Amino acid sequence: MVIYEAGAYDVIVIGAGHAGCEAALAAARLGCNTLLITLSMEGIALMPCNPSIGGPAKAQLVREIDALGGEMGINIDKANLQVRTINTGKGPAVQAIRAQADKYEYHQVMLKTLLTERNLHVLMAEVEEIEVSNYKVTSIITKTGARFLTKAIVVTSGTYLKGRIIVGDVAFDGGPGNQFPAVRLSDCLKELGFTMGRFKTGTPPRIDRKSVDFSKMVEQPGDDMDLRFSYITEPNQREQLSCWLTHSNTKTHALVMDNLDRAPMYTGAITGKGPRYCPSFEDKVVRFSHKDSHQLFIEPESRTTDEMYIQGLNTSLPEDVQIQVLHSIKGLENVRIIRTGYAIEYDYILPSQLKLTLETKNIAGLFTAGQINGTSGYEEAAAQGLIAGINAALQVQEKEPFVLKRNEAFIGVLIDDLLTGEIDEPYRLLTSRAEYRLLLRQDNADLRLTEIGRKIGLVDDYRWQIFQQKKAELEEEIDHLKKTTYTPADNFMTDFLKQKDSAALKDRTSLWDILKRPEITVNDYINLGLINTQTPSILEQIQIQSKYEGYINKQADQVKKFLKMENKKIPLNIKYEEVMSLSNEATHKLNQVRPTSIGQASRLFGVNPADINVLLIYLEKEKRK
Amino acid sequence: MLYDDIAAIATPPGEGGISIVRLSGYNVISKANKIFKAYKKEKELTNQAAYTLTLGWIIDEEGNILDEVLVTIMRSPHSYTGEDVVEINCHGGSIPARRCLEEVLKTGLRLAEPGEFTKRAFLNGRLDVSQAEAVIEIIRSKTDKGLKLALNQLTGKNSLIFNRLEDDLIRVNAMVEASLDFPDDVGDLDTAEALGLINNVLINIDKLLLAGERANIYREGIDIAICGKPNVGKSSLLNALLKKEKAIVTNIPGTTRDVIEDFINIKGIPVRLRDTAGIRLTDDLVERIGVERSRQVILDAELVIFILDVETGITVEDKEIFKAIDNNNVIVLVNKEDVEAKRITDGELTDLFGDTKIIRGSVKEDIGLEELEKTIEDLVLSGDVLYDNEEIMINLRQKNALLKAKKYLTDTLVLIEDLPLDCIGVDVWGALEAIGEITGKSLKEEVIDRIFTEFCIGK
Repeated sequence: MVIYEAGAYDVIVIGAGHAGCEAALAAARLGCNTLLITLSMEGIALMPCNPSIGGPAKAQLVREIDALGGEMGINIDKANLQVRTINTGKGPAVQAIRAQADKYEYHQVMLKTLLTERNLHVLMAEVEEIEVSNYKVTSIITKTGARFLTKAIVVTSGTYLKGRIIVGDVAFDGGPGNQFPAVRLSDCLKELGFTMGRFKTGTPPRIDRKSVDFSKMVEQPGDDMDLRFSYITEPNQREQLSCWLTHSNTKTHALVMDNLDRAPMYTGAITGKGPRYCPSFEDKVVRFSHKDSHQLFIEPESRTTDEMYIQGLNTSLPEDVQIQVLHSIKGLENVRIIRTGYAIEYDYILPSQLKLTLETKNIAGLFTAGQINGTSGYEEAAAQGLIAGINAALQVQEKEPFVLKRNEAFIGVLIDDLLTGEIDEPYRLLTSRAEYRLLLRQDNADLRLTEIGRKIGLVDDYRWQIFQQKKAELEEEIDHLKKTTYTPADNFMTDFLKQKDSAALKDRTSLWDILKRPEITVNDYINLGLINTQTPSILEQIQIQSKYEGYINKQADQVKKFLKMENKKIPLNIKYEEVMSLSNEATHKLNQVRPTSIGQASRLFGVNPADINVLLIYLEKEKRK
Repeated sequence: MLYDDIAAIATPPGEGGISIVRLSGYNVISKANKIFKAYKKEKELTNQAAYTLTLGWIIDEEGNILDEVLVTIMRSPHSYTGEDVVEINCHGGSIPARRCLEEVLKTGLRLAEPGEFTKRAFLNGRLDVSQAEAVIEIIRSKTDKGLKLALNQLTGKNSLIFNRLEDDLIRVNAMVEASLDFPDDVGDLDTAEALGLINNVLINIDKLLLAGERANIYREGIDIAICGKPNVGKSSLLNALLKKEKAIVTNIPGTTRDVIEDFINIKGIPVRLRDTAGIRLTDDLVERIGVERSRQVILDAELVIFILDVETGITVEDKEIFKAIDNNNVIVLVNKEDVEAKRITDGELTDLFGDTKIIRGSVKEDIGLEELEKTIEDLVLSGDVLYDNEEIMINLRQKNALLKAKKYLTDTLVLIEDLPLDCIGVDVWGALEAIGEITGKSLKEEVIDRIFTEFCIGK
């Protein structure tokens, strides 16, 4: 094959899934001449699995992406078909909005955004080679012989790397949704010295709406509220579509058990490790054999097609068994399959080989983001894409790298976990992974991150203006509530508290402190004219910040301790072999991960407090030399 | 500087003239001041210059005096660690120092790791490199040994209790977290089950704390005061017990002629037996000083043996003395039961002493001494036999961790109805983290593992 010189870019992004789109848009918007390469135009911002965005921990991610100037929140607000709030009543830290996405619209809206972005060029091609000189990227070569020179590369290849699809005893090479796999790129990464692993994930069959009997199911409508992810999108006035709930039964489970000998999960045909939070249906039946019923949600995939997704039924059972299983379920007795469920195996890169910027440690200018790093989820991918894209651009422009800490954002938790944890299954973010989740709420992502996004340069004037207005209004209102006080002698307040069955005041008390009482809400203040604002987002902030102030402060104290350790930096050139008294296991682990701070080192599995003490002394000693 | 405030007992364990509790950090002077009452009011620690000694008392939250102490102040950087250092000179023996340390920790200091003062001395440039390298070895060996000890405890028979505690807490955490992260699959928290588990954990924490106190009694010993009017048989009792039991330490004369003390071993418990001269009201100045000292001895004692003389009957003096005993743990020993003329009736005793334990015997004839010893053992060890007679050793660090966990869980119980689940999560996680300090495991992953093994999660 003849290789020709096809041009030069500041940043090249390989793969146009949720990570790739964010990475490319961020780099382009920061002023880099950017090339986004996709295997197929149809694969851009594709949702090959469940058609939803958000939910606990994930909604926080989307809001954080939005606050920093990313695209996912805006895109889903324009392309949803149902929105709900999950975990209402379980507290502000875990309350999360979740949207059902219109898959086609989601793809089209993103496609339009990409194609109209200045500095961004979208190209359909397969990248076969990443060229490196002196441990620094120089260029890529496509299957058709084009060589593009570049200063930074972001690889966001999703589940395409050596993708292999398995349905019963049928298996073939393929990317998600039967797209072409990326075969050569994985070998190229191995040749560059990276350790690769293999994961498995799966997806349920899709069915034809016309063949479903909804009268036998429970309707799950969206919330009748203006719910949006982005802080800058307009309210969505469109009609919401419902989801539907049905259940598997003992007959279904018997069918699964009878056909286990043909299930690739159990015959050994699948070797990759699958995620525990997203087990195949056959796995659920086997592991939770005492349950004779599992929930199944039937979810529309688009306003423009009749294809529906079955949440809870991901499976790689043979096609004929899948049909029988479906027909055993209430409401699906006569259902027709549009797409068969399948399992997919793919290569990923062990994420301990990355820096917190998502640049690889060994090759300068090479970044990876999304499922290639061993994660799962559109939101997790997009968040990494944004961070990798920003850092690729910052590096090209010779600026300081950008990293978020665990106390600043769920994005920080996600990336730190990837680098320090034992990633032995596809990683999914959970609110329980965040130590300081009361601080990392979906409602305050803008307050946490917009200023940071502005500094980086991704927050445009429009968003900045909205944010500043909100911030000023909020501060003014909080100030007002804290400064307005009542004495026990005040008749107005006494009457009001009596009427609310609330204890009488003992001392002079502010409106802010009175609001901490469970029986008092901001709505009471509105009715009494005690509060000036009517803006829902401001009222929400006031309610949360006052009522949970005690716990928020508790966590803020914990953060102070945490930061002490995070701020103790470990020099990159440290030779752990020379650190006396360090245990062998710790030396090995520290060498493998090469953490940048004492805090990060202390989170490594196999590094115990004694090792940290030894390390602290060594560092201090070195400093004094 | 970035280091937090730490404290530990700096003198070796065991008997000695004084024990020193050392504090180091950047807020230690003001924190120490909170539990210190200067003899002269104006001499608050925060006002004192460096390298001064201040006389005063360590007081607890209620303002009770725990010990009379001398406090040394050293200000950064002119101290061993290079930070502000406070050294509290307590009375000898480990009990005053331990009590003092417990109060210090309550003001927000952390118990120092082994070798940590020295580590700080190095980090703050007070030791040179070769000295510091020697310290590394010390830190290493101590923590490894500590770890081994902890492991020994955890893998032994007693580990069952710790593991169950941890297991229950992981379960509660998993229940909470599963409900928060997988609401579709798991639904709402089963509050009744969660509360049941939490209560169970609290009961076990209390058992461990109690067991720890018992272990502490064996390790640290107790003080027993003997009182009664002159010639009632106090010295005879002391001598009888001394003769009967093997004395641990040879007779150390009391610091004053008012209090005679001896160390003996009662049923394996080290006991400091102190004979008080007298505690009745008096106008004589010298005697009054003696009375004050005796009063203090009685107040400090874990147990008081009050002796009556069956021959003289219960006199006005006896009643006065009994009234002056400011201690809830009293055994009444009716002595000289061997004589013919018995002038104390059971009715009289019940009227006067109510529920107080009464033993009739004769020190001279060795009657009732065995019963006395058994009673002492029962009273001191609260009578409960824990976990098939096994004693559980918990150290101060473990005790602090258990207390921390207990605080978090008690908060949870109070707030579970009023606060949303994510706030409750902070407390149940705090409790597990505290227990994690004892077991040294990474519990966050275990909670997540538990979510997936116990709850059917899956999209």
